[in-house]
Amino acid sequence: MDTVPADGLLSASWLLIALPLAGAAVLLLGGRRTDRWGHLLGTATVAAAFVVALACTLQLDERQVAVDLFTFIDSGSLDVRAGLLFDPLSAVFALLITGVGALIHVYSIGYMAHDPRRRRFFAYLNLFVAAMLLLVLGDNYVALYVGWEGVGLASYLLIAFWHERPAAATAAKKAFIMNRVGDVGLALAIFVMFAQLGTVTYEGVFGSVGLLAGGTVTAIGLLLLLGACGKSGQFPLQAWLPDAMEGPTPVSALIHAATMVTAGVYLIARSAPIYDLTETARTVVLCVGAVTLMIGAIAGCAYDDIKKVLAYSTVSQIGYMFLAVGLGPVGYAAAIAHLLTHGFFKAGLFLGAGSVMHAMDDQVDMRRFGGLAKKLPVTFVTFGLGYLALIGFPFLSGYWTKDAIIEAALDRGGVSGWVLGGVAVLGAGLTAFYMTRLMLMTFFGKARWAPSAPGRPTPHPHESPSVMTAPMVLLSIGSVAAGFLLVQAFPLVEWLAPVFGEPEEAEHVVAPALVGIAVTAVMALGVLAAWLFVGRREVPVVAPERVSVVTRAARKALYADAINESLFMRPGQWLTRALVWVDNRGVDGAVNGMAAALGGSSARLGRAQTGFVRTYALGMLGGAVLVAGALLAVTAG
Amino acid sequence: MSLTHYLVLAAILFTIGAVGVLVRRNAIVVFMCVELMLNSVNLTLVTFARATGTIDGQIMAFFVMVVAAAEVVVGLAIIMSIYRTRRSASVDDANLLKY
Repeated sequence: MDTVPADGLLSASWLLIALPLAGAAVLLLGGRRTDRWGHLLGTATVAAAFVVALACTLQLDERQVAVDLFTFIDSGSLDVRAGLLFDPLSAVFALLITGVGALIHVYSIGYMAHDPRRRRFFAYLNLFVAAMLLLVLGDNYVALYVGWEGVGLASYLLIAFWHERPAAATAAKKAFIMNRVGDVGLALAIFVMFAQLGTVTYEGVFGSVGLLAGGTVTAIGLLLLLGACGKSGQFPLQAWLPDAMEGPTPVSALIHAATMVTAGVYLIARSAPIYDLTETARTVVLCVGAVTLMIGAIAGCAYDDIKKVLAYSTVSQIGYMFLAVGLGPVGYAAAIAHLLTHGFFKAGLFLGAGSVMHAMDDQVDMRRFGGLAKKLPVTFVTFGLGYLALIGFPFLSGYWTKDAIIEAALDRGGVSGWVLGGVAVLGAGLTAFYMTRLMLMTFFGKARWAPSAPGRPTPHPHESPSVMTAPMVLLSIGSVAAGFLLVQAFPLVEWLAPVFGEPEEAEHVVAPALVGIAVTAVMALGVLAAWLFVGRREVPVVAPERVSVVTRAARKALYADAINESLFMRPGQWLTRALVWVDNRGVDGAVNGMAAALGGSSARLGRAQTGFVRTYALGMLGGAVLVAGALLAVTAG
Repeated sequence: MSLTHYLVLAAILFTIGAVGVLVRRNAIVVFMCVELMLNSVNLTLVTFARATGTIDGQIMAFFVMVVAAAEVVVGLAIIMSIYRTRRSASVDDANLLKY
């Protein structure tokens, strides 16, 4: 379907970006004066953006609308216009970002109530929302890149929001640097597009990408994938995401679960016309997705930090989405559907985790929780619904959207279809295991509460204020209903048809009903295993030391950090040390050595100046004799 | 008396002067030795002027005399003031200007 110019309310869709951006500007430039009402303004701008997004979406009726704004870069043959593309794909993203974003803003009012820097927190959150909306609404890769870097910056600022904690500062740097690795890939992909096609707009690139040589298209696909892996915490750049949990919990919910980390999925889905042309790049996407979903699920089973378990769960679920987009046209809509439902239930789970931490004096060690179900009834119910949605309990969100991905993987047919489908089913079982373990350790069993630090009182858990529980309730409703709504009631596949093409009726290798039963059975096995290992016995307060090799590896997240350190960090350190040595000894050495040689020789030559006139006279005589002798030798000889 | 005699005499005078400058410590004596060297050169110049029948050498000898006279004035004044302040005319004692 062709893109049409914007009309009516849609031509004002730039307000979506402008509102949160203005909020961030006011809060950052206004300083302390805005302290009293800053959080309200920050929430209001995002809520207003949600209203605009909703109104725009209602007016869209399955068109692709272009909003031309102004010339961004005009230099030689490079002409980048700042324009927005409001189509069904960006519409669902805009709704997710502003909708979940607004709920998390409301939650943050309560969560950050006692933080002296709450206004700055809201300013950064607004900045994030604006950048994320630019990322999904831009109509060219440069706009996407600007948004991409903007969310990276906001993510960095928010992970390090409590920068007085060394762990938070380090985690922020780690996230920033690992993202930079991915961003280089994205930047190179854009360079290749411009060099080969002379344009960076979606319309121009997708229109002429078919004319390129196969190798170039594959290179663009792989470079885009590198960018996507960095931003989405996918293998091999997954190690930063769990560390990013050092940030405040609303940040983990909004940025590192629901929206920013799914930008990689958006990038690949948006670049579908490129990936349709390169089987190689798509296979790599598939492999990345399958590997990451296993890494995330395995690591999630071993961690005791509630937020890190959820973070590895996010890594794993985004692995599912990568797997889906790697499957090609059959998977795009499934990936986006899972992305949306995941946005709901994972944001809800993180907000629940935040509520638990709030009650437990900011502790995150699940071995110190237990028996919280009675103390935190609202948190327990909302968290529980999110948990059921995530593990794919029948007819809740995850069931619909994850099954769709598993089905699509199996429908691929052949050995690869069985391998990918098997991995996805196994991942579903592991998901059920680690999430059940989390539930059992947190909400059930005996209370194992302890002071968070020596000298602090033992926590007395209490339910969070309603400003925090209300968003949790709304998100849990989304967790329950979103899957049914998006798959059955108002199929997302049809809504996204203008972007990804009409859905084809796939030939099922395994009957869908059978897949549903099998996945549910595996899930039940995972839950049962968790109950056998964790639920029916006492949870040790200190993690057991004598564990199997697999557990030890899983506790280290399969040695991702160790591999990164030994492969990149240490050689990098050696390189810098060698360069410093060369600089000190080589460059500085040459300069200093020359100066020292001149100074030393002049000091030694200066000794010839004895002050005795007769010595000088002898020198002059000797010199004169030499000159006369030389002259004689020349003239006579 | 041939040209050689004059030149040998000049060479002897120059050598005496040069040796005197090198071995004597008394500034006045060193000074006189310098004058001796200058005058041996003058003798050489005049000898050659006569041998070639031109006056160039004689003119140069006059120049040397004028310069020598000026040098004596300045040099003796310096030697005098050094002697007044340091009570010594030895060139080895005036050795402060060194490394």
